[in-house]
Amino acid sequence: MGEVLVLVDHVDGAVRKPALELLTLARRIGEPSAVLLGAGAAAAELAVKLGEFGAATVYTADAAEFGEFLVVPKVDALEQIAGAGSPVAVLVTSSGEGKEVAARLALRLGSGVITDAVDVTAGDGGPVATQSAFAASFSTTSRVSRGVPVITVKPNAVGPEAAPAAGAVQAVAVEFGAAASGTRVVSRTARVSTGRPELTEAAIVVSGGRGVGAAEGFGVVEELADSLGAAVGASRAAVDAGWYPHSNQVGQTGKQVSPQLYIANGISGAIQHRAGMQTSKTIVAVNKDAEAPIFELADYGVVGDLFAVLPQLTAEIKARKG
Amino acid sequence: MSLRIVVCVKYVPDATGDRRFADDNTTDRDSVDGLLSELDEYGVEQALRIAEASGDAEVTVLTVGPDDAKDALRKALSMGADKAVHVNDEDIHGTDVIGTSLVLAKALERTGFDLVVCGMASTDGTMGVVPALLAERLGVPQVTLLSEVSVEGTVVRGRRDGDGATELLEASLPAVVSVTDQSGEARYPSFKGIMAAKKKPVQGFDLDDLGIGAEEVGLAGAWTVVDAVAARAARTAGTVVKDEGEGGRQLAEYLAAQKFI
Ligand SMILES: Cc1cc2nc3c(=O)[nH]c(=O)nc-3n(C[C@H](O)[C@H](O)[C@H](O)COP(=O)(O)OP(=O)(O)OC[C@H]3O[C@@H](n4cnc5c(N)ncnc54)[C@H](O)[C@@H]3O)c2cc1C
Ligand SMILES: Nc1ncnc2c1ncn2[C@@H]1O[C@H](COP(=O)(O)O)[C@@H](O)[C@H]1O
Repeated sequence: MGEVLVLVDHVDGAVRKPALELLTLARRIGEPSAVLLGAGAAAAELAVKLGEFGAATVYTADAAEFGEFLVVPKVDALEQIAGAGSPVAVLVTSSGEGKEVAARLALRLGSGVITDAVDVTAGDGGPVATQSAFAASFSTTSRVSRGVPVITVKPNAVGPEAAPAAGAVQAVAVEFGAAASGTRVVSRTARVSTGRPELTEAAIVVSGGRGVGAAEGFGVVEELADSLGAAVGASRAAVDAGWYPHSNQVGQTGKQVSPQLYIANGISGAIQHRAGMQTSKTIVAVNKDAEAPIFELADYGVVGDLFAVLPQLTAEIKARKG
Repeated sequence: MSLRIVVCVKYVPDATGDRRFADDNTTDRDSVDGLLSELDEYGVEQALRIAEASGDAEVTVLTVGPDDAKDALRKALSMGADKAVHVNDEDIHGTDVIGTSLVLAKALERTGFDLVVCGMASTDGTMGVVPALLAERLGVPQVTLLSEVSVEGTVVRGRRDGDGATELLEASLPAVVSVTDQSGEARYPSFKGIMAAKKKPVQGFDLDDLGIGAEEVGLAGAWTVVDAVAARAARTAGTVVKDEGEGGRQLAEYLAAQKFI
């Protein structure tokens, strides 16, 4: 079976869940190898984890360039690793950076690139990617017809499954090209963790929109989220008003989420918001306007004031959970 | 010499209308209403602000698209851009992102540039990779996904709000930047702007002009193939209850029945 390179997304010395999902998908189309860049002293420990989820080889590279410059150092590393072997595909997590890395890599390899796959399966002519189009109103299947398929995959495309493999570490010394130092990262401020699950990875997302009325109004949304162990999302209207951080925005220009349960509170359901949540398994809406378009896609809706409905719901959940 | 800014803008199907695929699995651009991608308005806006701050700059808008794409150029010109370039050729139909970046890069080499400004993503394809591909092809730095951008002398700086962190970036011109919808509301064209736009020059190029062979673009030249498209079953409305004082508890009942509690 051919080698499938998986670029590993990691943070604070831990592998992020989407990387384990990619390894799980990679096993369908070949033998996964992980590419771990800039993990520092944590690399050995991370490699064990990656091995547990099916990585036969873990290529590690460490260099200041990965942190000091934008995107290109990672492209250089992947290009070098891909060039030293003969991979049958490269999988990368769909994030702003992941997509940029994937596209530049594809161009260098003379390969086609597919972004934002929600599923990847084995096909006769190589991997087949499923994508959502036009605010998730269409589903498409595509494949790369030239070169080594480079595919970016959205979080939650598959549940990570352990499948022990060697996880043999192979250190790589990357030779960076001139372009690698083109864009300097002058400073980096990590987002403070809220202790809640990552928005794109959460099984349940509770969101608030303009109907929440004020930054303080998000209190009832957060309390509901915490009673369910959920992540908190926001509509662009709530973000633009300054009530909630942009990193929590759900929609076309925010995060695209696909949880088991999405609860929209005080959100009308504009097409751009739907683009980010329409593929959720179950959708629940609370809105005081019975005509709000969000009810057209909700599996269950409550027409009412969120400031009455949410606290009652939260209290009931806490009571039931004991 | 004055700062040469080129903004890449795309003409896209209106997201609030009906969007669909044509029989050859390409985005249907003929039988639907189109407009300047709303996310590219942010690119035009930032280009204009940079030009205003510099005092000596020229803003060109560039599109690759069918005849109607001239509407996107007109809109950008009426916002205040100085001139436009329209790359239009039958053979471009069906081009994938690798090909589109080739055509844009060749056009940019032709016009010349110090700063290329893009939107964060097109609202139809939503890939968000053209800016990175342009930087790769043109051999200049990419300073992308910026919620804040400024140019001082020959240095471009910006703030990138990434998934896990906020980064401050810096690069030397020439460079490619892309800006997000957090970068600042785009201006509305004024009446004066709309009138003035009618007299602004629009230069047309076809593939020959840019030295690109027909086989390098189009469906046949694409490095990806869309095998099938299917309309997703529309979500249907489920149960809707009116809160008469029990709405929260009723919802809890539903969530429990669905095993979420
Ligand atoms: C290019 C572009 C990109 C965009 N990207 C995004 C995106 O990524 N994400 C996004 O969300 N939007 C996006 N938008 C904006 C989108 O079009 C809508 O404007 C936005 O989603 C509206 O947010 P909302 O539903 O919170 O506000 P509104 O549409 O104002 O709806 C508020 C709702 O709250 C209800 N309400 C009010 N008070 C209460 C109460 N006390 N209890 C219960 N309900 C109440 C009202 O009935 C109403 O239905 C984008 C737009 C454009 C043009
Ligand atoms: N056909 C096109 N013509 C001009 N600019 C484009 C075109 N396609 C993409 N772009 C630019 O590239 C950005 C990202 O597009 P995309 O990678 O397709 O999501 C857009 O916001 C535009 O600035």
